[in-house]
Amino acid sequence: MDIFLQQLINGLVLGSVYALVALGYTMVYGILELINFAHGEITMMGALVALAVIGALALAAPGLPGVLVLGAGLAVAIPVCVALGLVIERVAYRPLRNAPRLAPLITAIGVSIILQNVAMLIWGKQYIPFPAILPEGRHQVLGATVSDIQIAILVLAVLIMLALILVVQKTRLGRAMRATAQSRQVASLMGVDVNRVIAATFAIGSALAAVAGVMVSAYYGLAHYYMGFLLGLKAFSAAVLGGIGNLRGAMLGGLLLGLIESFGAGYIGDLTGGFLGSNYQDVFAFFVLIAVLVFRPSGLLGARLVERA
Amino acid sequence: MTVHKLAWVMVAAALVAGCGDKPQQDGGKQTVLIGQASPLTGPQAHLGKDNENGARLALDEINAAGLTLGGKKVVLELKSEDDAADPKTATTVAQKLVDEGVAGVIGHLNSGATIPASRIYSDNGIPQISPSATAVAYTAAGYKTAFRVMTNDAQQGSVLGNFAVTKLGAKRIAIIDDRTAYGQGLADEVEKAVKAAGGEVVAREYTSDRSTDFMAILTSIKGKAPDLVFFGGMDPQAAPMIKQMKQLGIHAKFLGGDGVQTPAFIQLAGGDAEGALASNPGLPLDAMPGGSAFKAKFEAKYGQIQNYAPYAYDAMHVLVDAMKRADSSDPAKYLAELPKTDYQGVTGHIRFDAKGDLTGGAVTLYQVKDGKWQTLETVQSGK
Repeated sequence: MDIFLQQLINGLVLGSVYALVALGYTMVYGILELINFAHGEITMMGALVALAVIGALALAAPGLPGVLVLGAGLAVAIPVCVALGLVIERVAYRPLRNAPRLAPLITAIGVSIILQNVAMLIWGKQYIPFPAILPEGRHQVLGATVSDIQIAILVLAVLIMLALILVVQKTRLGRAMRATAQSRQVASLMGVDVNRVIAATFAIGSALAAVAGVMVSAYYGLAHYYMGFLLGLKAFSAAVLGGIGNLRGAMLGGLLLGLIESFGAGYIGDLTGGFLGSNYQDVFAFFVLIAVLVFRPSGLLGARLVERA
Repeated sequence: MTVHKLAWVMVAAALVAGCGDKPQQDGGKQTVLIGQASPLTGPQAHLGKDNENGARLALDEINAAGLTLGGKKVVLELKSEDDAADPKTATTVAQKLVDEGVAGVIGHLNSGATIPASRIYSDNGIPQISPSATAVAYTAAGYKTAFRVMTNDAQQGSVLGNFAVTKLGAKRIAIIDDRTAYGQGLADEVEKAVKAAGGEVVAREYTSDRSTDFMAILTSIKGKAPDLVFFGGMDPQAAPMIKQMKQLGIHAKFLGGDGVQTPAFIQLAGGDAEGALASNPGLPLDAMPGGSAFKAKFEAKYGQIQNYAPYAYDAMHVLVDAMKRADSSDPAKYLAELPKTDYQGVTGHIRFDAKGDLTGGAVTLYQVKDGKWQTLETVQSGK
């Protein structure tokens, strides 16, 4: 039982990080039908910028409490990522907005490669350690271990997701986003500044990516110029699993993917009597993804931002 | 072009080709070329240059002492080539060295470069001694020309497995590898050795060389209550892995191979690195039989030793030692003497087994204490 509970916690923490990143993919897709492949790299940028700030602060003022230092890192990383998201949208996607859908997809991949290389030039190829500034409190719950940082990730992720749903459903901006997702032209005829709405979507997505990037590097204790690739791929899969374009789908997909990976890696060996090992972890996760898509081609919750958000 | 002119060009070309090609003879003095190949550019350039310097130091000493083969005075000349740690470049460089007429080769540095190059040396009958390639596959191909003066991964794995069971007293052992040729190869050897020593492998889990999340496999491992977790892989995975072990409250010891025994591992894992164990093939420099003398000689000439210079130095001496015994620098003649090598070098006593591997190669075990890798003990493999 304690092992089961532990895997559940592992899966939920991993899944909530996937969900945060998946939200960025799904929001942009919902509005533009564009897969923003550079999104994973924005996560990486968030992590590395925050680490640079945290490292500098830890040197300049060693006495500061860890949470404060982390907050400062986030406070710099979020605006940097938002600015980055806005610039990417303006430079790489907006000029191609009415081009065939393949064109922005290719620029997205290009931007992702550029960001990786820029990060490599600035921070080098080596892995960068996350300084041990956070309290390492661990709690026993029914035999499973939960750390402070895991609790923080879970709580923060849930709060952010709730806030996002509120924004999309209750605010003027949210209404404009839903309108734009339904039809860009009609929304613009109704007086919605479509460019502003799209920029806002990129800004929100990038801010979420920054938070996720900092969470990931704090949780695993390191950051690297290549870390965005795998995370982006997993989060994109999560978004597709839940139904890309659908906010709740991204959240559900993220959590599900985290749980599938966790239970898959944890139990696959024992269930098959050692015939399949944890090396089939990703195979298992993608098998579930394919199975879902065969029966529900538009993902678990299906449809786009508007219809269900 | 007239036939007349063409003839002149051919004569000129033959003259140019004649210079610096093949052993030269003038006045009873003979120049013999020895090849050296390692990455001299790129991220591993410092290690490649280190190998070159080690080989050059030995070569200069041999020349200074005077070498006579077959009644003629012989001067050795080093032909150093850059393989950029790249398998494809390594084959080009190997062919180049062969074409230049080297009598033997010290190199290459990386297993990935050494393996494809070894075939070219074998096809041309040129003896090759690698100072640093550890992959089992290098000598497993069965080439008569392939030798190494470094402990291979199988020897390292068997020492690690044995050490875990007999010295650390671990009975229940969990093994994780990163599915790379290196990680998987090492982990397989450890598994064999653990079983042979009477230990039990309670879990065999896998990850990738890109992962940072090991919570799921570690949780599964925790349920099997191991005394020790062995990881075959590199430091970027090992560091978060040991952190997550601590986080999950797994109190088992952590053991790794040479991919883990790096300064970066300690830097990335921070305080959680404390107590971690890992091995590295070979001896620490200060424990080598000729370590301190070599260090003084080398540093006076080239500055700080990076890593494999003593091995490159020994490899050169072993090669020339075989030439002396055959009384010839002709590869066809002295190659037969190489397997009979019995040489007391800086790094230890060098003898080869039937495959060309170092027999009784040393493996040193280290542990992180006070934020530093401290030498625990050195084990001679195969004993």
